[in-house]
Amino acid sequence: MGQGRIIKVAGPLVVAENLGDAKMFDLVKVGKEGLMGEIIEMRGVRASIQVYEETERLGPGDPVVPTGAPLSVELGPGMLGAVYDGVQRPLDAIEAIAGAFLARGIDAPGLSRDKVWEFTATVSAGDSVSGGDVVGVVQENEVIEHRIMVPPALSGTISTISSGSYTVEQPVGRLRTADGTEHDLIMMQRWPVRIPRPYIRKVAASEPLVTGTRVIDTFFPLVKGGAGCIPGPFGAGKTVTQHQVAKWSNAQIVIFIGCGERGNEMTDVLMEFPELTDPYSGYPLMKRTVLVANTSNMPVAAREASVYTGITMAEYFRDMGYEVVLQADSTSRWAEAMREISGRLEEMPGEEGYPAYLGTRLAAFYERAGKVDCLGGESAPRNGSVSVVGSVSPPGGDLSEPVVQNTLRVVKVFWALQDTLAYQRHFPAIDWLTSYSLFLDKVEPYWFENVDEHFRARRDQAMAILQRESELAEIVRLVGLEALSDEEQILMETAKSLREDFLQQNAFREDDQFSSLAEQNKLLEVILHFHTTAIALAEKGEPLKSIFSAPVREQITRAKYLSAEDIGEYDRILSDIDTQLVAGGPAVAAAAEVNA
Amino acid sequence: MTREYMTTRDIVGPLLLVENVTGVTYGELVELEFPDGTQSFGNVLEVNGDVALVQAFQGTRGSNPSQTKVRFLGRGLELGVSRDMLGRVFDGMGRPRDGGPEIMPEKRVPIYGQAINPMSRDFPDDFIQTGISSIDGLNPLVRGQKLPIFSGSGLPHNELAAQIARQAAVLERSDDPTRVGPPMEGDFAVVFAAMGITFEDADFFMTELRSTSAIERAVLFLNLADDPAVERIATPRMALTAAEYLAFECDMHVLVIYTDMTYYCEALREVSAARKEVPGRRGFPGYLYTDLASLYERAGRIKGKKGSITQVPILSMPDDDKTHPIPDLTGYITEGQIILDRNLHRSGIYPPVAVLPSLSRLKQKGIGAGKTREDHADLSNQLFGAYARGIQAKELAVILGEAALSDTDQAYVHFADSFERLFIQQGKHEDRSVEETLALGWELVALLPRTELKRIKDEYIDRYLPTKPHEYHPGEADTNMTPGIPAGRDGMHNEILGV
Repeated sequence: MGQGRIIKVAGPLVVAENLGDAKMFDLVKVGKEGLMGEIIEMRGVRASIQVYEETERLGPGDPVVPTGAPLSVELGPGMLGAVYDGVQRPLDAIEAIAGAFLARGIDAPGLSRDKVWEFTATVSAGDSVSGGDVVGVVQENEVIEHRIMVPPALSGTISTISSGSYTVEQPVGRLRTADGTEHDLIMMQRWPVRIPRPYIRKVAASEPLVTGTRVIDTFFPLVKGGAGCIPGPFGAGKTVTQHQVAKWSNAQIVIFIGCGERGNEMTDVLMEFPELTDPYSGYPLMKRTVLVANTSNMPVAAREASVYTGITMAEYFRDMGYEVVLQADSTSRWAEAMREISGRLEEMPGEEGYPAYLGTRLAAFYERAGKVDCLGGESAPRNGSVSVVGSVSPPGGDLSEPVVQNTLRVVKVFWALQDTLAYQRHFPAIDWLTSYSLFLDKVEPYWFENVDEHFRARRDQAMAILQRESELAEIVRLVGLEALSDEEQILMETAKSLREDFLQQNAFREDDQFSSLAEQNKLLEVILHFHTTAIALAEKGEPLKSIFSAPVREQITRAKYLSAEDIGEYDRILSDIDTQLVAGGPAVAAAAEVNA
Repeated sequence: MTREYMTTRDIVGPLLLVENVTGVTYGELVELEFPDGTQSFGNVLEVNGDVALVQAFQGTRGSNPSQTKVRFLGRGLELGVSRDMLGRVFDGMGRPRDGGPEIMPEKRVPIYGQAINPMSRDFPDDFIQTGISSIDGLNPLVRGQKLPIFSGSGLPHNELAAQIARQAAVLERSDDPTRVGPPMEGDFAVVFAAMGITFEDADFFMTELRSTSAIERAVLFLNLADDPAVERIATPRMALTAAEYLAFECDMHVLVIYTDMTYYCEALREVSAARKEVPGRRGFPGYLYTDLASLYERAGRIKGKKGSITQVPILSMPDDDKTHPIPDLTGYITEGQIILDRNLHRSGIYPPVAVLPSLSRLKQKGIGAGKTREDHADLSNQLFGAYARGIQAKELAVILGEAALSDTDQAYVHFADSFERLFIQQGKHEDRSVEETLALGWELVALLPRTELKRIKDEYIDRYLPTKPHEYHPGEADTNMTPGIPAGRDGMHNEILGV
């Protein structure tokens, strides 16, 4: 490979010439320290390179060495529990070399070369295999079995394979292709981050991704393999919502990308996840998690790469047949990184200075989500899925800006965060009137089978009540509550109960942070049962005051704190509603007397 | 290593384009000598072949293409650091401004700094008692946090920042969840950076610091309104470099106050415009977020180091507009914000902290049993909720008349008024301990029926609520909360109500 020379340095962008036969998106080593960079534009002998590290003190004449390969990630045992920067350098290894501050020019492989894994072969010599077939497994930790697959492009006959202890680079066996060449099989694969990993076909997803957050699961559900976005102004709770999904969702693998966000937030995840227990496996959450941390003050080009690094890892776990959630916080910072690089390339800007290809890039990224029939496994077909949840940080909370608008075109779930709700300390501050999910009809059969046949109807009724509340609120503001009919006043009261007793959920309170679908259904049933019963009673002429002072209302307020084992308690509340809300009934009368 | 050229081709605003240079590197420090002999510093913004683009920190007045000497110094912009900086006043480029001698530096450090490895960060969870109820009680500051003050022209942000600097203390951990630990002894320092503020403002801070002899543990970097604008780009970095040295090499707990971020951003915009870069919103460069992050993210704690850096940047929002790019991008990077409100200020309340839109993201980590007191989080949630409800009720009373309000709503109105007058309002030299703040909070929630205290655990209510009779009026619906309506920009209270 030839060696080129720098001719221009402008921030993270370096222009070099005479790079030989280097190609677009090839990785290069820049300067005497060998900083990582990627070719993003070529004009004649000149190549523009975005550099993944600080370019301070680089100058014309400094060397640039092409590597001949595109930016790739290393995939294999050892990723779970790791914390990487945007180009998959393990941050703990960098810390060991350079200390607390990120020095540049440090090279550390994504997967440890020394660590020995216990490999168990699942095929034998003579078996014919093709790309994606599982040839063996490594129990990576207590939770996840890492399936070692044949690289996508390879197929042939296993000539040797043996279980035993190997590092990721040592051959576990050999494979002979149809044309007779022999290939070593190693546990590690490399894959270029900008190219989606192949699969047989995409399939429609219908199973909800349960997050334990009531407003999401009941009102605006996401499916395993779907894509959703969380836009909101600062302070509305994007990051807490993302963390909730990372902690409690029923996915098997979580990839969390901190893309241009706060350093302390990553530290929070780093300190909390090893302590928290995965509700499904009983082991620390970190065992199923990979973190990609490229904080806001780390190099901007690596931020651009970080979402691709993350989604490639997600696809790799998907190919093993796992259900993966990828979270990108925040995609706006990624878009801004594109804008910054685009500006330095002196490209003609599109809307608000963003490059004209912003929409295409966003769509291509979200389209890497999905549920698929995995490559390989002809004998034992398997499905895997990648769900993507991206947060968006629109300037000034303005949802008409390009990143939000381009995202909404491709995602099917929209969780709109409102700062007005956050100021009320209504958390999660997901606005129930503007948010939507296009997966409702998809998950309905699942709800019908696994939750309750009436769940969808309850959800729709509750939504209608909330919608009606917003209309009535205008009237109440002008003429007061008394101007409403009895039925409308009950509706206002039920809507308040839905907001406070159902939608509001405290992410930091142990008895509230996770709610199963069964609990959500029961809680909704209780609130709506009170509503229906109250209306029936009011029609019989019972004064509202006595209805509203039924002692069971206190139980409804506290119902969300019931634990999963106490699910029978909801039925008791339901029957209490029936016994207390009887026209002139003893409970109501007694309660009314106490309160008079 | 020094190379001198007199080959300047163009001078545009604060920028010089120098031709026929060799060996120049990106970010290199440059010394400029103008025809009249004045000297100035600059750095390399871009180098393209044999052409270097230099930004002159002290401006280009008095320079001309043919006679200006440009010396490339072969190193980046650095600050000489030493413990002797304490008690000293420097200009925006780190040169003594107080008439004292030059510092004998322990070492010279590049001012652009390096990012802290997220793995090496230690999570900020030590409560800082500022002695200000609206902060300690509701939006507490934590050691290693970056918590800006969003203000506007004419609001007392300087007084508030100075009060924080004077009163800040860290509490000892307490084994008893019902008791607050005593203030801790420790090695504290204040680093103050002024960017484009007036002499009066800077003088105010110096006087405040002197009055408590805090000046002996302070380092000041002053770039005043009549100092060169482009120099402001270097000033906060000088301050943060000094802070990092004091925190991570001298084991001190450093509070960095810098003001005013708006002028800093405008200096960035000036350079960006001169470079003819594609502007983002309101003409600010597209990389404003990244640039601000390179300042704010220098706050924090590091595992294995005793010291810490806590930042309180001040920015004045143009036209009190929170969606202006500067406060907006700041809010996305910092861990919360303290917002000052003009209406409260007009009603004579100091500090005029708009409690509801203010936020401390690290609150959950810094308060509770051991750190402050077990009931702190619940009480503060309740105060927030009740105040929000009280504000709504007041709005309702404006339309319908006070008499039309339910008894509960009237209790909330009474609560909201008392809350502003007793809890938010305090003296400029009044240092309330966190127990006093909590006690005040409990007295205020006692104005409400006990059944309304839904956000506080029963055991805390039993333990802390002052015994006092109250009336119970069940059954009122609250009707004022409707999401989905974009926030108005005319006044904080309208925003809260979503009308």
